[in-house]
Amino acid sequence: MTETMVGILLATLGAGTPLVFAALGELVTEKSGVLNLGVEGMMIVGAVCGFAVAAESENLWLGVVMSVFAGAGMALLFGILTLTFQANQVAAGLALTIFGIGLSAYIGLDYTSVALTGIQQIHVPVLSDIPVIGPLIFSLDPLLYLSFVAFGAITYFLYKTKTGLLLRAVGESPESAVSLGYPVIAIRYMAVLFGGAMAGLGGAYLALVYTPLWVEAMTAGRGWIALALVVFSTWRPARVMVGAYLFGGVTIIQFHVQGFGVDIPSQLLSMLPYLATIVVLVLISRDINTIRLNAPASLGKAYHPSV
Amino acid sequence: MRLMNISKLLLISTAGVMSAILSLAALGADSLKIGFVYVSPIGDAGWTYQHDQGRLQMEEALGGKVETKYIESVPEGGESERVIRQFATDGYGLVFTTSFGYMNPTIKVAKQFPKVVFEHATGYKSAKNVGTYVARFYEGRYLAGIVAGKMTKSNVAGYVAAFPIPEVLRGINAFTLGMRSVNPDATVKVIWVNSWFDPGREREAADVFIAQGADVVTHHTDSTAVVQAAEEAGVWSVGYHSDMSKYGPKSHLTAATHHWGDYYTKVAEEVMGGNWASTDIWWGIKEGMIKLAPLNQAVPEDVAKHVAEKEAAIKDGSLHPFQGPIKNQAGEEVVAAGTALTDEDLLKMEWYVEGVEGKLPK
Amino acid sequence: MLKIEPRPQPSKQMAYLSPLIAVGLTLVTGVIFSLLVGLNPLSAFHAFFISPIDDLYGLGELGVKAAPLMLIAVGLAIGFRSNVWNIGAEGQLTFGAICGGGLALYFYEVESAWILPIMILGGAVGGMLWASIPAFLRTRFNTNEILVSLMLNYVAILLLSYLVHDPWRDPDGFNFPESRLFSDSALLPVVLEGTRLHLGIIIALIAVVLGWIFVRKSFVGYQMQVAGLADLAALYAGFKRKRMVWIGLLVGGGAAGIAGLCEVAGPIGQLLPSVSPGYGYAAIIVAFVGRLHPIGILLASLLMSLLYLGGESAQMDLGLPSAITGVFQGVLLFYLLGADLFINFRVKITKTVATRSVGEVAS
Repeated sequence: MTETMVGILLATLGAGTPLVFAALGELVTEKSGVLNLGVEGMMIVGAVCGFAVAAESENLWLGVVMSVFAGAGMALLFGILTLTFQANQVAAGLALTIFGIGLSAYIGLDYTSVALTGIQQIHVPVLSDIPVIGPLIFSLDPLLYLSFVAFGAITYFLYKTKTGLLLRAVGESPESAVSLGYPVIAIRYMAVLFGGAMAGLGGAYLALVYTPLWVEAMTAGRGWIALALVVFSTWRPARVMVGAYLFGGVTIIQFHVQGFGVDIPSQLLSMLPYLATIVVLVLISRDINTIRLNAPASLGKAYHPSV
Repeated sequence: MRLMNISKLLLISTAGVMSAILSLAALGADSLKIGFVYVSPIGDAGWTYQHDQGRLQMEEALGGKVETKYIESVPEGGESERVIRQFATDGYGLVFTTSFGYMNPTIKVAKQFPKVVFEHATGYKSAKNVGTYVARFYEGRYLAGIVAGKMTKSNVAGYVAAFPIPEVLRGINAFTLGMRSVNPDATVKVIWVNSWFDPGREREAADVFIAQGADVVTHHTDSTAVVQAAEEAGVWSVGYHSDMSKYGPKSHLTAATHHWGDYYTKVAEEVMGGNWASTDIWWGIKEGMIKLAPLNQAVPEDVAKHVAEKEAAIKDGSLHPFQGPIKNQAGEEVVAAGTALTDEDLLKMEWYVEGVEGKLPK
Repeated sequence: MLKIEPRPQPSKQMAYLSPLIAVGLTLVTGVIFSLLVGLNPLSAFHAFFISPIDDLYGLGELGVKAAPLMLIAVGLAIGFRSNVWNIGAEGQLTFGAICGGGLALYFYEVESAWILPIMILGGAVGGMLWASIPAFLRTRFNTNEILVSLMLNYVAILLLSYLVHDPWRDPDGFNFPESRLFSDSALLPVVLEGTRLHLGIIIALIAVVLGWIFVRKSFVGYQMQVAGLADLAALYAGFKRKRMVWIGLLVGGGAAGIAGLCEVAGPIGQLLPSVSPGYGYAAIIVAFVGRLHPIGILLASLLMSLLYLGGESAQMDLGLPSAITGVFQGVLLFYLLGADLFINFRVKITKTVATRSVGEVAS
């Protein structure tokens, strides 16, 4: 029984991690007041670029680095459109997704049947042999550890550093930030690029760790889920983690239920992660103040410094 | 002078274009244009990929006599009718529509273009100019099941499946029958991921099986994720569509693989020769449309021998995977000894054999 | 050095010019790309933009694809104008198809002129019902409608999958996941002989007109625009935000539901596990490329539809992979969105001043 539990928890961690990366990145982007709906596009371009570079160079970590740059590159496109050219953020984000899915398919044409051994888990000597804790804490893959670090660093950055405060101020009221002499557009660019880089990492996790392969559209909507998780989290990093693991966990549990052979149509079981997310969000958002406090007030609105 | 030059130029270029058109027309006269409609990108590494391999094999076999084009990622339903029709209006003499959901559009377009030959995969509606073809995937599944049944220690196998349609159920049942033919205690668990195409979910389902004690996993979805998950966890796997051993050098036992090339070549030759007639083709191991990928080296000699015997028996017709007696999950005998399921029963299969865990919702 | 500064007034000229600039830039990009991959730019252009619509059937197809995009986008735009973010048109479309298509199956034996109107009504009600979930949760529990409407897309598609795999399966269909083919009286009539162009295009065009009247004339339209422009101002004006949320979502949902019904009762003619190739998402882009204006949406939907058809014929004529289409669509959309800058802003070339910085030296 414990083994099954550990299995469920481990699988939940794995299923949640791509979402964690992408959603934490989007959270930072949104905190600066920019809504980038192109997460799916950035993720998949990150995935294919990482996979291609890893396959060519036979160096997985070079692949990961490439994913980060590819994600950020996509985000730069979005930034130029929305921050410099003042385009509508919702439309630009959706266009970015269309573009990314097409571009990734094009880049990936030669990599479809390439086999790659993914990034392996780190087994901490001695400690990884402890029952339960060992496999759950001391023998995970390095990117999973990185996702924990990213969570800590982002939380610290947003709430404990001056730059983080500034970023949030820009998201609250770009007008007042600029009147204090801060470079709103530059800060937003940084936040957008960071979001893209993290989405790229999410893609790298899929293509280099979780399922080390490349097939078209392999992100299969995870970018959209990541976006939803940011809303779900009411823009708080800790809740992003909760949301990602909740979503991943419910998926895993409904598979377990199926594996045990329960007489419920699988389509209805597959709805559970989506319904669970809605229900939990309803419970959270009943208190209007938590959202007011955390939602960036200028989210999604174009801003031009000289207006 | 200048005018002369221009008119000369025009004349030359007109002649050039004319001869180009003539030569194109000449080419068109003896070469058959063949269109393929694919449901997913050819990079899906599964179903469509194998069909495209078949197309390439046919091109190679027939050389300059055929000219092929494909359109990928064509959604089933309303969209496909336009694409199929486009091939017909553009002078294609033969069109392969390679997914079940193209059935009604294919029939519809075929009515409007009686001179064009259509071949629809995995459906059940045909017409004078529409043939159907499907492979006996289940024969490969049965043989793979035998290997799995011999190799499992926990007697539990996990089957990651996309959607509960007859074709997938045939595979699950044949695999289970194959396993239990050599290992009566074996059971097969099934998880429906409700997607043909989501490597992450396929892996998650495989992980769940492994956590639930399965030591062989297989799949009826389009990626290699299940084989890779097995490799990582150190359990056996059985691939599908193509030989996936390079994704699981240690774990990959074998795979039931699809080979459409011979059939495509045959149909193209018949259409060119004018002796094509609408048929409902079910090819399997015997015709080479289904093959068993080379066995893993870890498979003992005697098992390999047993599988080879069964393969030969399927080839010569002495063995049918759905040969009675077969019991359903309730333990009732549904196929009596000495009989086998008919093709029609197979086509519309919607029940589990004994040994599959879980229920198909009614 | 280039400097972007706001215009005192949005430029009328630019409003018309900017889409042309975008199309021009896309063509230039297309030419460069064609040359890079060794294609003749002219034949590429022909394949993408001419050959899909060089005959009556092709024109019909343009309408077949544009109709759902147009209809949904007009509906969504009404919500978007007041910042009601309905990302769930795909699910509303699907649920509309379920409700309307379900009626077709229920009245399978009945031959009557009433069936079709009832189905269309069913589609609209279905879409509205599905949209009322986020509307209710938003107004009652303050739940973000982006998340709820998006999640419900997946739920609706799974629900349809369940229905066609099991209870609504064609009894004579060898247990394949499809419903029966609708009876003739449950199919939309074709409005242009020799094509597949069906009644849906008429409904979509009516929607464009209604949308235009709604936006221009009606008081609610005015209210919603105010609410969109400034939440606070609307509050002071005494308008109710909740009403806006309900109207925005119900109109969008109803339009998407009708579009879904038109798909299953039009080109498809039965219920399948998937009834939309992503119209619900594409319509969001159409709405914005059309600048949330019904006439703009009309044009944008035709353009979007042409891009899809062009992608198919580029595969057929030139053997380009379908991936190229996505790239190309993305590029055109980027240009369209980017070029809108010039409506509200102008680019000024400023003379370098005495102070020197690296950037200025570079320029």
